[in-house]
Amino acid sequence: MSRELLGTLTWLAPLPPLLSFAVIVLFTNRYRQISSAIAVVAMLTSCVLSFVVFFNAVGIGNLGEDPIRGIAYSFIPTAGSTFNIGVAVDPLGATFMFMVPLACSLIFIYSTSYMASDPLYTRFFAFLSLFGGAMMGLVVSDNLLSLFVFWELMGFCSYALIGFFYRKPSAYKAAVKAFMTTRVGDMLLLLGIVYLYTQTGTLNFFDVLHNAKVLETLAATPAVLGLGISAAGLIAILIFGGTVGKSAQFPLHVWLPDAMEGPTPVSAMIHAATMVSAGIFLLLRFFPLLQVGGPDNTAFMVVGLIGAITALLGATIAVAQYDIKRVLAFSTISQLGFMVAAIGIGAYGAAVFHLLSHAFFKALLFMGSGSVIHGVEHGHEHVAHAHGDEHGHAEELDHDHGAETASAAPAFDPQDMRNMGGLRKRMPITFYTFLAGGLALAGFPFITAGFWSKDEILADAFHGLSTGSLISTIVFIVLAFSALLTAFYTARQISMTFLGEARTEAAANATESAPAMTFPLIVLAVFAIFFGFVNVPKDFPVLGALFGPAAGWLKSFISTQLVELQAFKEEAQVFNAIPLLTSLVVALGGLGLGWLVYGQKPLKAGQTDPVEKLGGLFTFLHNRWYFDELYRVIFIKPLQAIADNYSRVIDKGVIDWALEGLYKLGVGIAGALKEFDRVIITGGSDLIGNTVRSIGREGRELQSGQVQNYLLSALIAAVVLMVFFLVLAQ
Amino acid sequence: MINGIPLYWYLIVSAALFCIGLYGVMARKNVIAVIMGVELMLNAVNINLIAFWRYITPTSISGITFAAFIFVVAAAEAAVGLALIISIYRNTRSVDPEKIDSMKL
Repeated sequence: MSRELLGTLTWLAPLPPLLSFAVIVLFTNRYRQISSAIAVVAMLTSCVLSFVVFFNAVGIGNLGEDPIRGIAYSFIPTAGSTFNIGVAVDPLGATFMFMVPLACSLIFIYSTSYMASDPLYTRFFAFLSLFGGAMMGLVVSDNLLSLFVFWELMGFCSYALIGFFYRKPSAYKAAVKAFMTTRVGDMLLLLGIVYLYTQTGTLNFFDVLHNAKVLETLAATPAVLGLGISAAGLIAILIFGGTVGKSAQFPLHVWLPDAMEGPTPVSAMIHAATMVSAGIFLLLRFFPLLQVGGPDNTAFMVVGLIGAITALLGATIAVAQYDIKRVLAFSTISQLGFMVAAIGIGAYGAAVFHLLSHAFFKALLFMGSGSVIHGVEHGHEHVAHAHGDEHGHAEELDHDHGAETASAAPAFDPQDMRNMGGLRKRMPITFYTFLAGGLALAGFPFITAGFWSKDEILADAFHGLSTGSLISTIVFIVLAFSALLTAFYTARQISMTFLGEARTEAAANATESAPAMTFPLIVLAVFAIFFGFVNVPKDFPVLGALFGPAAGWLKSFISTQLVELQAFKEEAQVFNAIPLLTSLVVALGGLGLGWLVYGQKPLKAGQTDPVEKLGGLFTFLHNRWYFDELYRVIFIKPLQAIADNYSRVIDKGVIDWALEGLYKLGVGIAGALKEFDRVIITGGSDLIGNTVRSIGREGRELQSGQVQNYLLSALIAAVVLMVFFLVLAQ
Repeated sequence: MINGIPLYWYLIVSAALFCIGLYGVMARKNVIAVIMGVELMLNAVNINLIAFWRYITPTSISGITFAAFIFVVAAAEAAVGLALIISIYRNTRSVDPEKIDSMKL
């Protein structure tokens, strides 16, 4: 297929979901089935277009140096410069064009069943379409400007969807929290964009990032404010600020767990296909800016440290959560930390690999947890109904569930893992797919995607460690420990949810979900298992040879993305057994530990969770390191205090005072004008009127009707005239 | 004879007659008397006219003509006036000019 045609297809790829949003909102918002059909078909169309582009792009050898470009249109042309808005597909974009629409399509299909009973079904699909379309647009953008537009569009969609159950106070609070927290990162990103523009005069990726000369100039320019780093480093750190917000990195990770308030497909969307991937995607895009500073430069250090902290933070908190979705949320934070840390040590290919495999297994886990919640809720209703009515019409309730009803009965929490157990027999498809996802997350050796991608990161970190890089050493140790915790909490989650005996009647009566929900799980489970094989290291014992030329495909495909830079040369890595052994030990160790604690002797109903024996540490972790409380104390409280003071001093003291002064001045002027009116205008006209009237009144007396009086007047007049002529005129 | 009496004597008589007439017009409480006063004033004017004609322009006839006209007018006026008075009297049963104020619109 010609490049022009591919460029056009790339233009078209994000359009169907965006159009579907418009159509649903404008025309079909009253027809539930039609709306969801439009959304799903639009997403599938986008998926097909993207796949066509992807599979063609894979065949192009020099895609990194010469990406597929669509026609660029100028946006806001001004006298001196224009922004050209275009689309492009380079290896990084191509891999996303595979993952994003695939995951989105599956989530859409899943949603048709999951949200089936929701009264705002069409609204949900409208926003979901916009969300997916925005992510597609972000992936194909060839410049930072349109990328930023789509970026913000996703911010809005996440706000609208997290707060989808807006009648629940916790939901709209979570929506506001997500929006405000990511705002902080977006502000930094915007600063980065502006700074990049002032330095280079363009926002096009290929003019900046694929151009070694520009990059090296940026690296040689000292940054503003005398921060002691290069312009490239400062821009990279500012843009990384956007990633920190969007991809929920420490210290802006607090919004992601609360984003669980949205419906489960939204969580899958945010955690896998769109929102958080967008943050990492941006950072991957701007990897050359980090890279140009050389290994272990400040920007790399910042990124690596934040990533490592986040990975550890998320993993530790996930151990002590009971809410099935919350465990997954913290595992997402932790896994995103893995990716960011990988970027921080320069492991570009490993980060992309982990992002893709994570997207698949995390979408799987979220939808699996949604299926579990659905099933348990169902069981709960079944039980409640059977108790209330001896004849039992539980089957009729099949179409009467969903999260809205969950919020109506706060006494029973269908998301609490303590209320589950034994679901393995009740929900077999969900169990086996969830198991696949869980093992991938834990990094179960050789047969899961998560193992290969995590191993890749650890191998790269170990390689850095062996060359004496400080950040690589930190990252290697922290990530290895986090991976251990990951395996442990995954084992805990699976055991608590699926193994043993049901701990509540609701769990005992849970039913398997509809095919529209289990089908995406099966597809994703296949990816969670087999996706890892696209990137088996070439020099891996036995398997590397087995895959032959296909080994390490993803890495070699993606690495054509990067330009050759003086400062940063990736040396050919030789296989080392230590990182492999490490990942084997942490994955199997964590899973084994989890099995010992939870799997062997599953929790009985009413039994306390063994991790609670950690005492103070458990409380600390369960309360998420008290970050929310900390932020409340150091940000929200002072801000509220400032706001209160502002309202008292500035608003009431100054603005109100000034306004009141103005008001009083106005009243004074009006009063003076009123007096003027009263005295001069009214008085004057009254005077004229009154004078005329009194003259009339007086003059009327002359006309007495008595002829003698008239004659008297005539006489007087004659006398006066006579006197005048005789005396005065002489 | 004419030289025996100077012009101003006539004028004095005329002025006196005019004033008497004026007084009658102004002060009488009977409309008929008022009309009589008017006649007196007209005649005072006639005396003036005739006297001026006789002493100053005896060759012209304009003075006599004026006087003759005034006689005629006075006669007509007396006739009309008396008719009006009778009419008023019939309506109001009064000939007191102070009580007649229907000229006040």
